Amino acid sequence: MQFGIFTVGDLTTDPTTGNTPTEHERIKAMLTIAQKVEEVGLDVFATGEHHNPPFVPSSPTTMLGYIAAKTERIILSTATTLITTSDPVKIAEDFAMLQHVADGRVDLTLGRGNTGPVYPWFGQDIRQGIPLALENYALLRRLWREDFVDWEGQFRTPLQGFQSTPRPLDGVAPFVWHGSIRSPEIAEQAAYYGDGFFSNHIFWPASHTAKMVKYYRNRFEHYGHGTAAQAIVGLGGQVFMSKNSQDAKRDFRPYFDNAPVYGNGPSMEDFTSQTPLTVGSPQEVIDRTLGFRDYVGDYQRQLWLMDHAGLPLKTVLEQLDILGEEVVPVLRKEFAKNRPADVPDGPTHESLVLAAEAAEAPPAVASTHRDDLDTAAAIAPHRRASGAAFGLAGAGKTGA
Amino acid sequence: MTDRTLAVVSAGLSQPSSTRLLADKLATATVARLADEGVTTTVVTYELRDYAQDIMNNMLTGFANPRLEEMIEAVTSADGLIAVTPIFTTSYSGLFKTFFDVIDNRSLTDQPVLIGATAGTPRHSLALDYALRPMFTYLHAVVVPTSVFAASEDWGTGDSGGRIDSRVATLPARIERAAGELAALVARSDRSTRVRDPFELPAGFNPAGMFPPR
Repeated sequence: MQFGIFTVGDLTTDPTTGNTPTEHERIKAMLTIAQKVEEVGLDVFATGEHHNPPFVPSSPTTMLGYIAAKTERIILSTATTLITTSDPVKIAEDFAMLQHVADGRVDLTLGRGNTGPVYPWFGQDIRQGIPLALENYALLRRLWREDFVDWEGQFRTPLQGFQSTPRPLDGVAPFVWHGSIRSPEIAEQAAYYGDGFFSNHIFWPASHTAKMVKYYRNRFEHYGHGTAAQAIVGLGGQVFMSKNSQDAKRDFRPYFDNAPVYGNGPSMEDFTSQTPLTVGSPQEVIDRTLGFRDYVGDYQRQLWLMDHAGLPLKTVLEQLDILGEEVVPVLRKEFAKNRPADVPDGPTHESLVLAAEAAEAPPAVASTHRDDLDTAAAIAPHRRASGAAFGLAGAGKTGA
Repeated sequence: MTDRTLAVVSAGLSQPSSTRLLADKLATATVARLADEGVTTTVVTYELRDYAQDIMNNMLTGFANPRLEEMIEAVTSADGLIAVTPIFTTSYSGLFKTFFDVIDNRSLTDQPVLIGATAGTPRHSLALDYALRPMFTYLHAVVVPTSVFAASEDWGTGDSGGRIDSRVATLPARIERAAGELAALVARSDRSTRVRDPFELPAGFNPAGMFPPR
């Protein structure tokens, strides 16, 4: 099981002091937080992607590339990468490059984005959100798995003999999670490919998340990727802790009451009872988090939202200390109990490489190594004739 | 006997309110018409005031709390809906609109709806046709032709027409006609017995993309 944090990257005034960090301060704070994630023994740092203020992270792989150099162990991820408005060719290139830079410590969560104008700003139509997510990802997968891609779709210019570069590290594409709050189409897509499903979890009642995850698990089994219990599930969460539960409530309340998403709406107590938000002692967070398993089954990844709503960096780092020292060690132990042996751990680059080696190498994956280009026999049977011909010609020209 | 459910939503604010009074009269008349056709009707009536905070929290957070969710489920799965609002500032009240803003915009598709409104003077009666009716049309509900407006003075009219021009149908007559129109649709409705799959995928859905269209 993997534990980590995901950040929205919002630039919000601290309601208790009136201080608003500069973009530079906020970006540096996110970099500090990511390194703290490794320091306190968590496993994953994931950043959002936004193209409008008050959010700063418009360029996730730039940020994650820096963090890759500053860390050794944690997985660098996103929550989410906009599959609707970003060119899938650029996503393929950016994340393959990041894979190499980070020695494989990379995966990503795809999402559609929730800011209407971003679609037209990037030349797309929000009413096509789902078709964009389906088609763009179908192309992204092929770009990572096939050396030379002939492709035509509804939304971007066609490709003939296009090769995305660099090729994925060790010929294995980064693991992909599909993020969705409410669209069954996205759960279906994740299940169809046997990819991970990440439920945001934090803005909606648990009963809703339970239904979405159950649907994904059933469809995962339907498509033949394993049993429903073996599907790859990630959950969001949101906590604020203090040794004493009452102190946590007192300290977090001004941030809750003014938070961009739910501020001036329900009381913190109502929101806590209706969503996974937990404000209290580390033990309360442990109990609540362990309860997630009761309605989604044994899962692979737990990410928390920690640095938002204007919480100062110092507070966020303290929260991470509590998570790392008091909460996650207990969760690791408890989640491991009664976990069936055939339920997979959270995916890593190493586990994907092993799986690829163990499986009888499927054709598309077998041909992703550059070395294979030397051998016509290794490639030809795996490709449609035209693609192979173009590919070989291209390889011949650039190979020297 | 056939069973049907009828939901009544009133956005009246006072207790009692003339809006609720009109809603109840419309419901009673509709139930009577359905009984004439051998239909037993279960009526569920909701005052939006009782859900005002839940509705606004839904507007702000994007989800309905369990209490509101239960109410929305009852309203949207009913065989017919009677929706009545006071007219404020020439239109439906904000509370009324906010409720219909937070429910899924597909959830009233095909639902037979009778709209009603109350106001202090008859001069606002067209609000039913320029505000409420288009809203329900957008939601793909089936709004019956007769909508019922009750100004304060209407509460002082009798079946016979009383003091006003006898060529104008009285409030009781308008209620009867509207109830007959709604009852006819409710009697044929199977909404309340439909099994609805929240995970139903759109027709032609292909997880690997929709191009080329099949």
